Amino acid sequence: MTRPRLSIETLSAISLRDGNRPILRRVSLAVDTGEVHGLVGESGAGKSTIAKAILGIVPSQVKITAGRIDFEGRDLLSLSARELREILGRDIALIPQDPSTALNPARRIDAQMTDGLRLKRNLLASEARRRARALLEEVQIRDPDRVLHSYPHQLSGGMRQRVLIAAAFGLEPKLVIADEPTTALDVTVQKQILRLIRSLQERHGTSVLFVSHDLGVVAKICDRVTVLYMGKVVEQGTTADVLNAPRHAYTKALLAANPRYDRPDTGLEPTPPEVIAALHAEIAAFDASVMGSRDG
Amino acid sequence: MEHWSPTSTTATADTSPQQPSVAVRLARDPKVVFAGGFILLLIVVAIAAPLVAPQDPLAQNLLMATVPPVGFADAEPGFLLGTDGLGRDVLSRVIFGTRISLTVAFVAAGLACLIGSLLGLLAGYLGNLVDTMISRLVDIWMAFPPVLLSILLVAILGTGLHSVIAAIVVIDWTRFCRVVRTETRGQAQMDYVVAARTIGFSRPAILFREILPNVVPVLIALLTLEMGIAVVVEAILSFVGLSVSSDTPTWGGMIAEGRQIVHEAWWVLAVPLAALFATVVAFNQLGDGLARSLDPVLRR
Repeated sequence: MTRPRLSIETLSAISLRDGNRPILRRVSLAVDTGEVHGLVGESGAGKSTIAKAILGIVPSQVKITAGRIDFEGRDLLSLSARELREILGRDIALIPQDPSTALNPARRIDAQMTDGLRLKRNLLASEARRRARALLEEVQIRDPDRVLHSYPHQLSGGMRQRVLIAAAFGLEPKLVIADEPTTALDVTVQKQILRLIRSLQERHGTSVLFVSHDLGVVAKICDRVTVLYMGKVVEQGTTADVLNAPRHAYTKALLAANPRYDRPDTGLEPTPPEVIAALHAEIAAFDASVMGSRDG
Repeated sequence: MEHWSPTSTTATADTSPQQPSVAVRLARDPKVVFAGGFILLLIVVAIAAPLVAPQDPLAQNLLMATVPPVGFADAEPGFLLGTDGLGRDVLSRVIFGTRISLTVAFVAAGLACLIGSLLGLLAGYLGNLVDTMISRLVDIWMAFPPVLLSILLVAILGTGLHSVIAAIVVIDWTRFCRVVRTETRGQAQMDYVVAARTIGFSRPAILFREILPNVVPVLIALLTLEMGIAVVVEAILSFVGLSVSSDTPTWGGMIAEGRQIVHEAWWVLAVPLAALFATVVAFNQLGDGLARSLDPVLRR
């Protein structure tokens, strides 16, 4: 069996702001080559913290206490800032959540798209621009020259997200972290963007860690899923298995909460209190066992 | 394209009306056009002073002392705005005075801007200890009365153009520092800065290539306002005799001379005062207009 491209092992983190509250509880997951791996959970479940830990941009109030993030045989957590900078952009790229703020408002698209190409590929300005133009065509932007010449505020949200996707895939990275890339977009654009990410990913054989709170979105794009609750892995498996035959009560509740147009009288239900209570008990027991093993 | 499913649609750019470019917006702003035009005129006059001035600004002619401006009784042709107590042509002296005023405006405000914004960028971006140190320094600095500080400084350094410039830089950098620090702090929180980090940008690259372009509009507006202030401070220092030597015409110096003979020859005071007033108003209006025109284009 080949080694996964990204493997996170027993990653734990605490919030320093909040009385050392655990944010991640021994999270392990693996993203294989060419796989789209969904990371699902409600807000505060720790999905974004995992993404940030991979990218080395964990906020100062969060401390990673244990674990490894293994990328191609190197532990990203133990790399120096300089070593990590070299990998970022070249091998690992980010598709950010909010396309309206992720582009620099004061710089034209061409300047922003060619940054990475010039920095990481040592392309000349003219070569980088040609490459950026080709990338925009690849994400199906019809008038790439006009877009390249625009400022971000002159483009629509969907267009900006396409630009960001083009930039992320532009350096042919091995791993793309997509941090809720469709949350800020309306549903019709969402669908196009998902299809776009999937087709780019398939064509380039890229691995994608797809962070989302939306099971519907995850069902469309992911090969495998990891479900998080309060920083703990609740369920893990292929998308089909997890969504069709969830084993954990929380996953079942999440699926039941998803509104469905074929059954309009169901859905939009909050997670049942007994499920939450059971989960909290499970996490408390887990924390106690971790504490116990640490003391012993 | 062959990978695409037939239902996928191609994205086209927004059809919303294109916002006019920065240059067009500036050209449409009357404040920018008139105030900027006036300052441009001043620059031309300052550079071409020997060609524009009708008389030698230093030539005394005691027989022609306190001649009133043309249009008043006893006016002399050739002395359009009259003469001062030593018979020197007021218009020519005001024209030569623009040289000092504008030099001080551009050099002093420019240097203050450079020093202040550099410290402001560092404080705002690095935060923590650097921020605390720079911010406290600014606080302490601003607690001194600025004019007193500059008079003190010129007294120590001695009079002369370089001392005046130094004095203005010393009192003015704090303003740039404060504004730029606040702006930088705000920008540093933005997602695009995080995005830049995730493509492996170094900290200096992020600061100068990503954040600085977003601070520049505010900086340009502030720089223009501070140029107006620099002109006033230079005039104050000239007025109290702490600027350049008295054989170089300055507006402040002329105002000081005019003040003594204001009852016999009001124009000796009024003309440089008007020039000073118009220049400062122009700088302020230009700064206002620039702030308005540059801002919404770059950040909504």
